[in-house]
Amino acid sequence: MTTTDDMAIGRDPVTRRRFIKSIIASGAATSAAAYYLAGCSDGSAPAAGSVERLITLKVNGQDRRVDILPNETLAMTLRYKLGLTGTKLGCDRGECGACTVLINDVGHNSCSTLTHGVRGRAVTTVEGLEGPNGELHVVQQAMIDELGPQCGFCTPGQVMSAVGLLKANPKPTRAEARQAMAGNLCRCGAYDHYLNAVMRAAKSA
Amino acid sequence: MAYSLIGKDFTPPDVRAKVTGKAKYAEDFRVEGMVFVKLLLSPMPNAKVRNIDAAEALKMKGVLGILLPEDVPSFPLPRDPILTMEPKYVGQPILAIAAEDETTASDALEKIKIDYEPLPFTVDPLQSLYPGGPDVYPDANVGVRGMPEMKKIKWTAKDFAEAGDTKLPMGEPLAEWKLGDLDKGFSEAQLVMDETFVTAAHSHHSMEPRSAMAYWQNGKCYFHVSTQSQSYPLPLYAEMIGVAPKDLVMISEFCGGGFGSKGSAYVVATIPAHMSKKINRPCMMRLTRAEEYFLGSRRTGIQGRIKIGFRKDGRITAADIYVVQQNGATEGFPDFRNVGGALSMVYQPMNMRWRGISVFTNLPLSTAQRGPGQNQLACMMEPLLDKAARELKLDRLAIRSINAPTTGSKVEERQTPVSSAYISEALMASAAKFGWNEKKKLSGQRKGSKVTGIGVGRAYHPAGSAGFDGLLVIKPDGKIHIHTGIGNLGTYSYAATSRVAAEVLGCNWENVVLERGRTDNHLPWNNGQFGSNTSFTMSRTNYVAAIDAKQKLQEIAAQTLGGKPQDYVVAEEKVTAKADANKSMTFAEAAKKAIELGGKYSGKEIAAELNDLTKRSVEALAGSGLIGVAKDTIPMKDHVPALAAAFMHIELDIETGKWEILDYVATADCGTVLHPKGLANQIRGGGVMGIGMAALERVVYDPQNGLPANVGFYQSKPPSYLDVPSEMQVGWVDKPDPQNPVGVKGVGEPLMGCAASALLSAISDALGGHYFNRTPVMPDMIVNAVAKRPQSYKVLAVNTQ
Repeated sequence: MTTTDDMAIGRDPVTRRRFIKSIIASGAATSAAAYYLAGCSDGSAPAAGSVERLITLKVNGQDRRVDILPNETLAMTLRYKLGLTGTKLGCDRGECGACTVLINDVGHNSCSTLTHGVRGRAVTTVEGLEGPNGELHVVQQAMIDELGPQCGFCTPGQVMSAVGLLKANPKPTRAEARQAMAGNLCRCGAYDHYLNAVMRAAKSA
Repeated sequence: MAYSLIGKDFTPPDVRAKVTGKAKYAEDFRVEGMVFVKLLLSPMPNAKVRNIDAAEALKMKGVLGILLPEDVPSFPLPRDPILTMEPKYVGQPILAIAAEDETTASDALEKIKIDYEPLPFTVDPLQSLYPGGPDVYPDANVGVRGMPEMKKIKWTAKDFAEAGDTKLPMGEPLAEWKLGDLDKGFSEAQLVMDETFVTAAHSHHSMEPRSAMAYWQNGKCYFHVSTQSQSYPLPLYAEMIGVAPKDLVMISEFCGGGFGSKGSAYVVATIPAHMSKKINRPCMMRLTRAEEYFLGSRRTGIQGRIKIGFRKDGRITAADIYVVQQNGATEGFPDFRNVGGALSMVYQPMNMRWRGISVFTNLPLSTAQRGPGQNQLACMMEPLLDKAARELKLDRLAIRSINAPTTGSKVEERQTPVSSAYISEALMASAAKFGWNEKKKLSGQRKGSKVTGIGVGRAYHPAGSAGFDGLLVIKPDGKIHIHTGIGNLGTYSYAATSRVAAEVLGCNWENVVLERGRTDNHLPWNNGQFGSNTSFTMSRTNYVAAIDAKQKLQEIAAQTLGGKPQDYVVAEEKVTAKADANKSMTFAEAAKKAIELGGKYSGKEIAAELNDLTKRSVEALAGSGLIGVAKDTIPMKDHVPALAAAFMHIELDIETGKWEILDYVATADCGTVLHPKGLANQIRGGGVMGIGMAALERVVYDPQNGLPANVGFYQSKPPSYLDVPSEMQVGWVDKPDPQNPVGVKGVGEPLMGCAASALLSAISDALGGHYFNRTPVMPDMIVNAVAKRPQSYKVLAVNTQ
């Protein structure tokens, strides 16, 4: 909580003592910030000392052999090792849902799922929805018909959450759909159009 | 007027890629040999770097190089530096490391030892304006991009003392303008109010962080970037990267959200290009969400004060407004000026003065965000009108209508006439759909702890620009290639405005190919996709290019088949003699003939008035077909406004301070409608952003240490599905603007402000007219207001939690 009494707004110009105090405080904060800033990246390839292990993943109906680090997230494996860049990273910490994929038909944030944990389970990404001849999934078609996407960055996650919802609940009410999709942020604010698409897909499925 | 394409829905060509995951954003590209870049960000809000010791880092296995401030071009202040030895906010990039992988790059950063000399800093403009208060620069504490000089302005202790604790002090401004006679205006007023208000800064939160990737090949720089526009920022990026514009290939077919933050060139994106040049490897720089908050941009916060006088009938006789802008340490955007412009436009005060000052603070870049200045004003003014209506016992719509602009009204200091304004029509259309007369009776009704609030809000932004170029090519296969450099922000207006050219030429949309997204697709010089200008500006450029192509088609037909050009009409992808339907050429035949004829027809001769970028594109396309190219010289004397009006019905829980929106109706005044479904999505999306602005989002910096408190979505709270109504009703006035050949105006920005101000108005209404003097209105503020307890912040405080 910032207290306005401490803020020296106007009436209380920065004194030497206050200034020195603030520098001491920011010094303490400095090390924390630097650690955080430097540490908020993701490994995209082997870090020194860690060992990759070759495993088989079931992705979009295919067995894919891939070298995996112990701490590697599914989002990184999909995007940087399997070339499946349809899965987006908006926050890399489970806040936005742009990286949503299905694991055994249930929506998961792939940024917060370790790749080692999905061995033996079926992973479906947005690239795995189209039919063999490029036929769109009913959710994808509904997203086009309702002009769901705006910038489109959150769209793959929205599509996957909608597909996951309809697998669990083929005829949701609009209120149920709204709850089910609530983990997918859209800064363009296309929520209404995405919900229209979910309801259209549910009707036509 | 009956159109075959304008006003009709269509499936934009890029939407399929968005739903299938095939759409490639900057971070989705991979190049052979690509390595990773990480940034070292300043841990201090104001400092000098005395020494950098990177020896240990550079010895690490996998580390490929370091990029220092001395390796990149520097620009005169207040321009944002690419890298700096004098960081001015926590999170400002000081240097970059490249390594084979990101983890190694991060580990290397930790091995770099930097010796900083800390300097005094401030995150509060008033603190810097106080005598002896800290200044961001030794010689300057005020300034903004677009103003020629940075300077030092200090207010006097007397200025502060006179204002007391609850009013904004109003010392020397940076700029001001005046209209009429304020004293006379106030003397004619029945009610005079003097309100101080604060609107918090808030982030853009684009879902795609500003990641970028670059490599060099045969002297050209290939640059993958997230940008709202292609043509407009190209010369700026070329300058920042240090390459001729012709040698910069900028690729941005998709942009994962911008909202102003990626409207023009931004420096951080160029770091991989510089690094790539230095180490001769393709460089990918992924920014984390936290980094996006540390070094990204935000809407500026403002502290303001208005003295405003109303006649008995609600007409505003005088308004005297002062705005202090909480600018970042560099550049900034003239939100503070726009506040005055919007006051002049939307409320048409009979006498008015605007004064403002933009104060540098040790915060990241503040840049345009959807309705920069205009939407802050809407948040402040619309609930204030409600307050005035209450005191004067007037209807809330009546006080809006009596002050509303109409076509021909005058605006701002220069009193430029307004080319078309239908804000009252938009208000009445929304009111009818909302059921205002019935709903307003619910105002203040209580069920348990829930109280009904009925709100109304309006907003504005200028809506167009002129002087840019249009370019299309009719190819020998009969296809019409329309080149557009406006960008792809998600509004689909790049496609909707291209349909104007197809409409003029009478061609099938299926035969149109849109050339866009990368500068080596030979783009014309276009404005940026910002400022609600695209629909107006780009429909004009596409119109003039199509008219040029049409004239060339007629001339070619006359030269080939005899007669005069005016004897021919262009329709159904043919040019045909009016008198004889057998004398006809298809577009394909005419394109072949154009290539034969050369000269202006095939682009071998290029008009001098075109922009250099357009000229280079025409040169590249010359000989490939019939070229339609022209500069937009259609007269534009009058001011073009975008306007919107909205109503909101909420239930406010006065025990928790939480609200639920039960109904939302918004109507846009945006001229002729180009693309109804796209417009509907914008009206709703703008509404969602407005809800966030009014009551969820703000940037908070710790005033003791200059550290940001919001570096994740959960801390900065952009609205989710559950914060907004599950259905939002939309509409439009659909009256053409006379300065656009097809009547179109832009509209993106006010769609946010009308929702923000409607929610604030509804919250006030539920609380019996309580005016908060602050945006966003948070639950604790509501609970305190209900309990008649003092708020936890001082009136003028910024960075409140």
